[in-house]
Amino acid sequence: MIAVSPAADSILERLPVILRDGFAGLFPQPLRWLAGSLLAIVAILAVFGLLFAFLTLAERKVLGRVQNRPGPNRTGPAGLFQPFADGIKMLTKEDIVPFVADRVLHFLAPVVLVAFSLLAFAVIPYGRRLVAVDLDSAVLFFFAAGAGNELAVFMAGWSSHNKYSLLAAMRALAQLISYELPLLLSVVPVVMLAGTLSATGIVAAQGGWTAGLVPHWFVLTPCGLAGFAIFIIAALAESNRSPFDLPEAESELIAGHLTEYSGFKYALFFMAEYFGMTALCGMGVTLFLGGWQAPCAFLQFIPSWVWFAVKLLALLLGCIWVRATFPRLRIDQLTRLAWKFLVPLALLNLLAAALWHLTAGWSGALQPVRWALALALVAGPFVLLGRRLSAGLAPRTYRYASS
Amino acid sequence: MSFLLVIIALVILASAAVAMSLRNLIHSALLLVANWLGVAAFYLWAGAEFVAFAQVLIYVGAVSMIVLFAMLLTRRARADAAGGADSGGRTVAALLASGAVAGTLAFAALQTHLPAAASPAPPATVRDLGASLMGPHAAALVIVGMILTVALLGAVILAATERNPPEDDAP
Repeated sequence: MIAVSPAADSILERLPVILRDGFAGLFPQPLRWLAGSLLAIVAILAVFGLLFAFLTLAERKVLGRVQNRPGPNRTGPAGLFQPFADGIKMLTKEDIVPFVADRVLHFLAPVVLVAFSLLAFAVIPYGRRLVAVDLDSAVLFFFAAGAGNELAVFMAGWSSHNKYSLLAAMRALAQLISYELPLLLSVVPVVMLAGTLSATGIVAAQGGWTAGLVPHWFVLTPCGLAGFAIFIIAALAESNRSPFDLPEAESELIAGHLTEYSGFKYALFFMAEYFGMTALCGMGVTLFLGGWQAPCAFLQFIPSWVWFAVKLLALLLGCIWVRATFPRLRIDQLTRLAWKFLVPLALLNLLAAALWHLTAGWSGALQPVRWALALALVAGPFVLLGRRLSAGLAPRTYRYASS
Repeated sequence: MSFLLVIIALVILASAAVAMSLRNLIHSALLLVANWLGVAAFYLWAGAEFVAFAQVLIYVGAVSMIVLFAMLLTRRARADAAGGADSGGRTVAALLASGAVAGTLAFAALQTHLPAAASPAPPATVRDLGASLMGPHAAALVIVGMILTVALLGAVILAATERNPPEDDAP
């Protein structure tokens, strides 16, 4: 399936596999698979745990810079130890459970949330040979694992016996139901083009370059481009990130389902949110940005997992940038955006993907025609729907402030 | 392998039994989710990876949300979360209905000819699944789609009680 080029066999490329086999070799033969799996679990926990720690720091730093302030800079050099200070603070805080709370559900909610969000990491191919579980229907598994998050948010909101938490739970349900649909529909074109649900298969389908420079990533096809945009919007909503952070809206619902959580449980919620965002961004990289494939043929000497990390970090920084830029949506705007705008566009995108698939044989002068046709199928309705939905809403005029 | 099956079956049956006996509707709904997860585990045990993940995605992800949403929207007070007192007529009706369902299922299961040792099926690709859904099973797909559309229209009619609903009120 994957042509083995000299780059694919470099020592750095094989390093993770060598390490795993070396570790598993310490055990007797019948236990080796167990040792290998455990090592994969530990590696995922360690890497993404550390990434989570420094992502919170990066987020606070970047938000600080955007808002013209330095951000955390007192703990360690340039504030680098801030996440660890936060962690110790969270761990040593008292765990408060409301007297009237549903104790079992109140305890289970953060556990379920973290467990489900960690499951999603199992199927993402991080490198040429780096995937914990190579399932045939990995994409389906990924979104099935994400389905548990909504349930946990509901459990947290309902079990707290607090009206703000319950409101947050209702909002979370409405939001997650609404955005599940565009999220899944935006992925279908990729599955159609690749002809497989396997994550490694989808990455392999994006291999190769035109003239050694232009990669064959799905984001560089018209349906993939539209799908990527819809995917990112829906992913932000699914992971409760700003501008879609209505369930926890600090200024309206005093942190919503998190109101009655403190200490370590609160930290678990926080962690799961970042895990969810990281996993969705990782899936976005896998589906649309070519996974671990290098962007140009001559850049293949850099190991595949470095490319994956670079793309993942770029997407995550994009999410932070979005958070710093956009104000929060109202609940009616939120649902309207999903049902009246994203779902129809995602359905039309399926049509564009079908066209792209059926015209795969066109070449030469027909290639621009193919591009224009597929793009028009999505971009036309995008403009028309956007015009119609925002009809009557004139640009805001400022009377007393200069714009 | 059958040991695993026994555990899965126990999880499914126990969660269903506890869900029925609990008085707290939300707890019952969450146990129902656990039950669906058990069914998904059974599909995995049977080697139907695609069906198992689809089960989790659709039931745990979407159907459970709708069940919970309906409960939160229809129950007024917290005390109302527990079910009302049973009457004799309700018990008889419940027994009749569940007996009819169980009878139908048992009859169907007994009538189905199961091959003794299933040959290891080739791994089904998405392409195969799509082809069989659009080919031999197209009629079933269309019928299911029709039923769901009718249900959706019914829900819209039930929900839209206002004479002139303002345009911005669409959920």
